[in-house]
Amino acid sequence: MHTRRLEWIIERALFLCAALSVLTTAGIIVVLAVETFEFLREVPVVEFLTGTEWTPLFATPRFGVLPLVAGTMLVSAIAMVVALPMGLLSAVYLSEYAPDGLRRIVKPVLEILAGVPTVVYGYFALMFVTPLLQRVFPQMAGFNALSPGIVMGIMILPLVSSLSEDAMRAVPQGLREGAYALGATRMQTALQVVVPAAFSGITAAFILAVSRAVGETMIVAIAAGQQPRLTANPFVPLETMTAYIVQVSLGDTPQGTLEYRTIFAVGMLLFLMTFVLNMVSTWLRERFREEYS
Amino acid sequence: MKHRADVLFRTIALGTLLLALAALGALVYDIVSGGLGRLNWQFLTSMASRRPEDAGIYHALAGSIWVIVLTGALALPLGVAAAVYLEEYGTRSRAARLIEINIANLAAVPSIIYGLLGLGVFVRFMGMGRSVLAGACTLALLALPVVILSTREALRTVPGSIREGSYALGATKWQTIWYQVLPMALPGILTGLILSLSRAIGETAPLITIGALTYIPFAPDGLWSPFTVLPIQIFNWVSRPQAAFKENAAAGILVLMLLLLVMNAIAVFLRDRFQRQGRP
Amino acid sequence: MSVVTPSVASLSGLTARPGQPPARADAPVKIDVDRMNFYYGAKRALDGISIQIRANLVTAFIGPSGCGKSTFLRSLNRMNDIIPATRVEGTVLIDGQDIYAPGVDVVELRRRVGMVFQKSNPFPKSIFENVAYGLRINDMARSKAELADRVEESLRQAAIFDEVKDRLQDSALALSGGQQQRLCIARALAIRPEILLMDEPASALDPIATQRIEELIYDLKKTYTIVIVTHNMQQAARVSDHTAFFWLGRLVEYDRTDRIFTAPAEKLTEDYVTGRCG
Repeated sequence: MHTRRLEWIIERALFLCAALSVLTTAGIIVVLAVETFEFLREVPVVEFLTGTEWTPLFATPRFGVLPLVAGTMLVSAIAMVVALPMGLLSAVYLSEYAPDGLRRIVKPVLEILAGVPTVVYGYFALMFVTPLLQRVFPQMAGFNALSPGIVMGIMILPLVSSLSEDAMRAVPQGLREGAYALGATRMQTALQVVVPAAFSGITAAFILAVSRAVGETMIVAIAAGQQPRLTANPFVPLETMTAYIVQVSLGDTPQGTLEYRTIFAVGMLLFLMTFVLNMVSTWLRERFREEYS
Repeated sequence: MKHRADVLFRTIALGTLLLALAALGALVYDIVSGGLGRLNWQFLTSMASRRPEDAGIYHALAGSIWVIVLTGALALPLGVAAAVYLEEYGTRSRAARLIEINIANLAAVPSIIYGLLGLGVFVRFMGMGRSVLAGACTLALLALPVVILSTREALRTVPGSIREGSYALGATKWQTIWYQVLPMALPGILTGLILSLSRAIGETAPLITIGALTYIPFAPDGLWSPFTVLPIQIFNWVSRPQAAFKENAAAGILVLMLLLLVMNAIAVFLRDRFQRQGRP
Repeated sequence: MSVVTPSVASLSGLTARPGQPPARADAPVKIDVDRMNFYYGAKRALDGISIQIRANLVTAFIGPSGCGKSTFLRSLNRMNDIIPATRVEGTVLIDGQDIYAPGVDVVELRRRVGMVFQKSNPFPKSIFENVAYGLRINDMARSKAELADRVEESLRQAAIFDEVKDRLQDSALALSGGQQQRLCIARALAIRPEILLMDEPASALDPIATQRIEELIYDLKKTYTIVIVTHNMQQAARVSDHTAFFWLGRLVEYDRTDRIFTAPAEKLTEDYVTGRCG
C-alpha cells in the first residue's frame, strides 16, 4: 500500500512538470495581455492598428504600428523569396536525385547552417552581404531590408529543405514507380507527382518558415536599422517589430511608462501573428500525415 | 529533348544546394578572416573595455557558461519528467494530448516572446531582477520543448521487452522507469539536452529583453549577479561604429562557435560511449 | 479448413465442462481458471477458457500461431495489463484467490508468478545486476552478503553459474543466446516465485541450448509450478506432464501429455498433433 501511494505521488509530480508547458503558454498570454490592456487604455486600438506613424519615443508620440508591421513583412518577404525556391529545390534534389553518400555529407552541413546563432548571421549581413550588395546597388544604405532579408533566407533554408524533404520522402514509392512506368522522367515525376502529393506537407514547411522569419530578431536588429518607415523600398533603413522590442529593451525607458508598454503591445501582435501561422502549419502537417498513414 | 530538360533541372537543383553551402563557406571565411587576428590569450582573459584593443571576452564567456549550466540544471529534470509523463503515463488522456499540442506550439514561439515572458514573470513578478538566475529560467523555458521532444524520442528507443522483463520481476512502473528505462535512454536524453543548450547559448534576443546588460565589465559571482553573455557582447561590438570593435565582434563569434563545437563534440562523444557500453 | 469445421462446432459442449479431466488428480490445483474471456478492444481473443493447472507439474500450451496461448499465459500474471484497451471476464484463481479482483496488488502477484519471455531480454547491465535487480526492488536481501548468496543460488538453479562465475561483472549482453535465456530464468528464480511462466523460451535457440533449457525445466518442477507455451510439439511431449491444446482462442483439449499425443479425444487435436492442420 505504501508503494502504491508513492507511485501515485510520483505520477502527479510528473504530470505537474508536463503541465508546466501549459503554464508557460498561459504565462505568455497573461503577461502580454495585461500590459497590452494597459497600453490600449491610453492608445485607442484603431490608432494602434491603423496608424501610419510609429514615434513612441518622440516628444509628440504617435502609436501607429503599421510601419513596424510593414518592415517585418518586407524583410520576411525577401527572406521567403530566397528560402522557398532554394529550400524546395534542395529538398527535391536531396529526396529524388542525390546519392546516399552525398546526402550523408550535405544533411549535417545544412544542420550546421541551421545551428549558427542568429547574432552571427547579423554580423554576416552587416559586414559581408551589405558591402557586397552596395557594389551592385550603389544607392543602397548601410542599413536596409535587402541584406538582412537575404541572410535570413539563408538561415531559414535548412528548415524549409529538411521539412519539405521529409514530406517528399513520405510519399509512397508506388506513386513514383507508377509515373516511371508511364515513361516520365525524374523531373516530371518529381514536379508532377511527388511535389503535388507532398503539397500539404511542403506548405506546412513554408508557413512555419514565414513564422520563423516574422519572429527573427537579431539579424534585423543588427543590419536593418532602427527607423520605423512605411516603405516597400528594400534599400533604405527600416525597423521590424522584433528590432523595436530590442531597441527599447536596450535603452533606459523607465518601466511602467506608456513607452515601455509598447513593447508588450508589439509583442502581443507578434505572438498572435506567429501563433496563427503555427496553427495553420500544424493543421496542414496533421492532414498530410493522415493522407499517408 | 525530354531528357535534356531533366538534366538541366537536376543541374539547377544541385546548383541551389551548392549555393547554400557556398553561403556557409562565405560566412565562415568572413568571420575567420575578420576575427582570427584578434583572437589571443589577452582577448580571452580581459574584461570589456572602451578601448577596442584592450577589450576582451572573459566576462561574457563566464556569463555564458554560468547561464548555460544553470539552464541545463533546470531544463533537464523538468524536461525529462514531462517527457516521462507524456510517453509512459498519460499516453491517451485528453490532458496529455492537450499538453502535446501545446508543446509543439511553444517550440515555434519566437524567442523574443520568451524574453517578454521572462521580463514579466521572473524579473518583475518573482523579483529576481536582471540576474543570472532570471536569464537561466527564461532560457530553460525556451529549451524545454526541444528537451521534451528529444527525451520522448530517446524513451521510445527502449525496447518493450526490457519494460516487460522488469514488470515480470514485480517492479512497479516507476521502478521500471527509474532503474531500466531512463538509464537506457540516458545517452539520447543527454545528446538532446546538449543540442538544445547549444541552441540556447546562441540566443540573444530573450536575454536582451529581460535586461541583461550590454556593458558589464565583470564576470558573474553568483545566482543574483547581473551578467552579460557572448552573443550580447558580440551584438554590442557589432553595433559600434569603430572598425576595431567589429574585429572584436568577429573574434567573439569565433569563441562562440568554438564553444558550440565543443558542446557538439561532447554530445557525439557521449552518444558514442554509451552506445558502445550497451553492446558486447 | 472444411475438414476441421465439424470439430469446432462440437467444441462448445467440451469447453463448457469446467476443469477438464485432470490427469493426475493427486497434485493440488494451483491455478484455477473459470470461463475466462479476454478482449483486445472489441475483439475477443480468448473465449470461455476453463482449466485447472496442477502444482509442481509442467503444463504445456500448444496450438498454432495466434490461437491465444501466449495471451492466456500472459493473463496469468496480468502482463496484459500493460497493453492498452485489454479486458478480462471470468475468474482466474491462484491458490484460491482471484487475481483480477479489485484491490489485488499486481506487483505482488508478479513477484509470485515469474515469467520468462520468448526472446531473452537481459537488462543492459552486468550479469550480477541482472539477477540482483528483482531482489533489490523487492527488498529481499538484507545485506550485501545475502544478496551475493541469493544471486549465486539462482544462477546455480538455472544451471549457468559455472559458466559465468568468473565474470559476474561483465555485461549480460556478452553472453550467448542460450546463456542469456538461462540468465533470464535465474533472474526470475531469484525472487522465489511459486509459478514460472515460460513463453516459448527456446524458440530462438539452437538445439544444444534448447536441450539445456529442457533439462533445466525438468529439474525446476520439483520446486515450481511451470507453465510453458511452445510451438514445438516434440518439446511439449518431452518436457510436460499435462498439455492443453488451443485453437482460435478456445481451449480444445486438456489432458495428460501422453494421451494428447497418442490418443486425443478430439479429432481437431489429432489433426494438429499429427501435422494435418495448423
